[in-house]
Amino acid sequence: METLAPAPAAPLTATSIDEALDYLKTAHPHAVKADDRDGYQGIIIDADSLLELAQVIRDDLGFDYLSSATAVDYLGEGDHMEMVYHAYRSSGGSALVFKAQTDRENASIPSLTPVWRGADFQEREAWDLFGIRFPGHGNLKRILMWEGFSGHPMRKDWREAYYEEEQKPFDSRWPGGHVHRSEEKNVFGKNVSYPADIDLGRLADTSERAVYQSLGLGVDVERIMDKDGFETNELVVNMGPHHPSTHGVFRMVLTVDGETVTSLEPVMGYLHRNHEKIGERNTYLHNIPFTDRLDYISSMGNNHGYVLAVEQLMSLGRRYNPPTYRCEALRVLMVELSRIVNHLWAIGFWLNDIGAFFTPVLYFIQERERIMDFFEAVAGSRMMCNYMRFGGLFGDLPERIKSVSNLTNDRVRDYNTMQFLTEMINERIPRTIDELELLLTQNEIVIERSIGVGVLSRDEAINCSAAGPLLRGSGVAYDIRRAEPYSIYPELDFDVAVENAGDMYARYQVRVKELRESVRILRQILPRLEATKGQSIWADGKVGAYAPRVPLGEAYGRVENGKGELGYYIVSAGGRNGTSNPWRYHVRAPSFINLTPLGAMSTGHKVADIVGILGSIDIVLGETDR
Amino acid sequence: MEVKLQELNATEFPVPVELEDNIAITSLSQLYNWGRRNSMWPMLFGLACCAIEMIATASSRFDFSRFGFEVMRATPRQADLMIVSGTVTKKMVVPIVRLYNQMPEPKYVLAMGACASGGGPFKEGYNVVSGMDKYLPVDVYVPGCPPTPQALLFGMIALQRKIDGQSIANGDDVPWYGEGPAEPTPVPVLGPDIIDPRQMDMIRRQAEAAAESMALLGARDLPAATQMVAAKAETAVAEAVAAPVDGDALSFVLPTGGTPWAEAEDIREKRRLRALARKALRASRRAQAEGE
Ligand code: SF4
Repeated sequence: METLAPAPAAPLTATSIDEALDYLKTAHPHAVKADDRDGYQGIIIDADSLLELAQVIRDDLGFDYLSSATAVDYLGEGDHMEMVYHAYRSSGGSALVFKAQTDRENASIPSLTPVWRGADFQEREAWDLFGIRFPGHGNLKRILMWEGFSGHPMRKDWREAYYEEEQKPFDSRWPGGHVHRSEEKNVFGKNVSYPADIDLGRLADTSERAVYQSLGLGVDVERIMDKDGFETNELVVNMGPHHPSTHGVFRMVLTVDGETVTSLEPVMGYLHRNHEKIGERNTYLHNIPFTDRLDYISSMGNNHGYVLAVEQLMSLGRRYNPPTYRCEALRVLMVELSRIVNHLWAIGFWLNDIGAFFTPVLYFIQERERIMDFFEAVAGSRMMCNYMRFGGLFGDLPERIKSVSNLTNDRVRDYNTMQFLTEMINERIPRTIDELELLLTQNEIVIERSIGVGVLSRDEAINCSAAGPLLRGSGVAYDIRRAEPYSIYPELDFDVAVENAGDMYARYQVRVKELRESVRILRQILPRLEATKGQSIWADGKVGAYAPRVPLGEAYGRVENGKGELGYYIVSAGGRNGTSNPWRYHVRAPSFINLTPLGAMSTGHKVADIVGILGSIDIVLGETDR
Repeated sequence: MEVKLQELNATEFPVPVELEDNIAITSLSQLYNWGRRNSMWPMLFGLACCAIEMIATASSRFDFSRFGFEVMRATPRQADLMIVSGTVTKKMVVPIVRLYNQMPEPKYVLAMGACASGGGPFKEGYNVVSGMDKYLPVDVYVPGCPPTPQALLFGMIALQRKIDGQSIANGDDVPWYGEGPAEPTPVPVLGPDIIDPRQMDMIRRQAEAAAESMALLGARDLPAATQMVAAKAETAVAEAVAAPVDGDALSFVLPTGGTPWAEAEDIREKRRLRALARKALRASRRAQAEGE
């Protein structure tokens, strides 16, 4: 007992975050320094050594999952551009945050795609919106806007055509209330002037040519564009942006050899509605309803991620009370119901894609309608709930569920809320899942079409930063509710659904299992709601809820949403310039990043399988394009 | 389908009572419209969040087939109605206009939701077109974000009523009953910003001005550029007021001769007053109700 053997040094891959950071700092003192700005975390890595150290972080320290990579423009706050990376271990735990800085002029940072392929789209986005170049990135071109667009719109000094002021509330609306519509000042909605030698005839070609150019297949672009000389075996097929099974306005450019796909290039941005630019003009509170419109199928989940990120920042300051137990229970209730809606849609749409056109969806929507009724009664809107607040909620459950759209006739809909919920959770939803399984799980056509199609291996899934059912279908038991728990998930009893095959069928099975797990969670929530009846959903009056004091700093809040890991990266200027608006507001969208492996998963399959593979990833364009 | 002949029977020629269920005397226009309004096939075409509610409207609970919107067709060539269900972005408006041009006439456009009607919550975005009507003729606007399925149904029924009022005899009223083929809507071009071909002349003039004075060259130079455009618009108004109108797409002459924003200011003020009056009325009603 007296002589203890010296404890073996923990392997590097099992170090805590602080130890890992210390290791990096001591091993590379010249390239690494701590990020000691107020409220910031992690390290700043010299751009020249970034690639080398990224390798160390992935291989030696074991942070194999790059969750998010995004840019911040510190105009007037140091006048540099910064790339922020959040890397995790696929075994769980919190993030290793590292950053690299560059000048605003000729901004350039080495690409991390050789280390994490998941950085691919995110770096293209940073080039498109911030104008940072990434040497080493094989296919660096615009992703959300079109090639030929003038400027990099997320830069702080870039102003949109209907620009009014840097930040809301705009003086024209408040406090005087004399609203001016910016269209009246700028009738043509233009903020661009054209050079004298502009060649109006060639403009359309530039943007389309760029799309085909990068296919890099030895396809002779000039010949394809030149309609007369079309004489080739390779065929370029456009699917979308208007196509019944691209789940919105998504476009894929395929090259096919006969029926077999030889390469695939996703083209997006057709629903890019400038969520982040608008979000940086908005106040913190303004952004909640905007998050509803990201993944518009599970708006409650989007709310949750955003309020968690802001709460994380607020908790650094004074004047903040964590949400009460009832509030947390209600949040989980809403989020799990959203997950059910999401998976029902996902499975239904996927079946559309593999040939069961709309019949299964019609069955699933019935249950969705019940949940919509409930959301409408609680939050006032069926889809865009705008329900969560910082430190609380918009409101408690109503006593009875009544029809909101038909106030004059109470007989249309009038149930006791708890009774309605109990019946829905204990009977109706399980019944729907049973029915779904009965019809589909052993269905010969489903099995034939999906087993072995669109395989994504375990390592590839991690390396591509895949998330949600796509990741878990490839045998990685990574669910943020368990890997880095939040809210009251630690005390709830549920399993992480996982399948090893990595094909379409495995993803379907993961979704079905998750439906059942969600029901299991909901069953545990019901008694918690009963027990906390009467408790307030606000910890301390509504302090700070509607005019939050967000101190200086950065935060990355993430939740497990139906489609995968939904993260919000927020930088607060902390009221330094008298604002209550985020300086940087970034959404790490699972639908966007999950598309990274689409090309690799699709090559070699038939055209008819492509839509199925896309459906099995489950994207929603509001989130992909933001 | 059960045919309700009484619906059609709307002339002054009397039909004997015993034949009422077998014979109808009606005008050609009415018969034609009656057939058309009851077989409006929408295009299967979703843009954003509103599309989800559009699907819900098509599904069993609300079911727009009940009103003759039988099935959604994925190809524009089989569709009569384009439901613009969501945010129209600059990148997407190009294919949308192309799709519209591919629809056979008669064709209708329904703008579903705040985004399609006027840009909605995302109006100020740099990639957002503030309303489908900047490019296509819109027949019905349905407010909401998203409109509930009930609201969408209401909008669709409003469209049917609109069709009822059209006449094949009147080529001015409805363009496709006139003579000759209709002009396709010009497809916008993606340049440094989106370019409406109908504005080409303006752009050319602007480019010429740029060649002469250096002030215009900074492509993203705001607000100077905004002011330039606004100033240009103002001169255009002045010019248009002075010159005889030639029906060109760019002229926005006001009958009063004032600037559009002064006019808008006026309208807004009136609206504000009306809203205040309504609010006061509601408050007094509520007070009354509580008094009882
Ligand atoms: S109106 Fe609202 S719900 Fe409809 S597309 Fe626009 S943001 Fe989405």
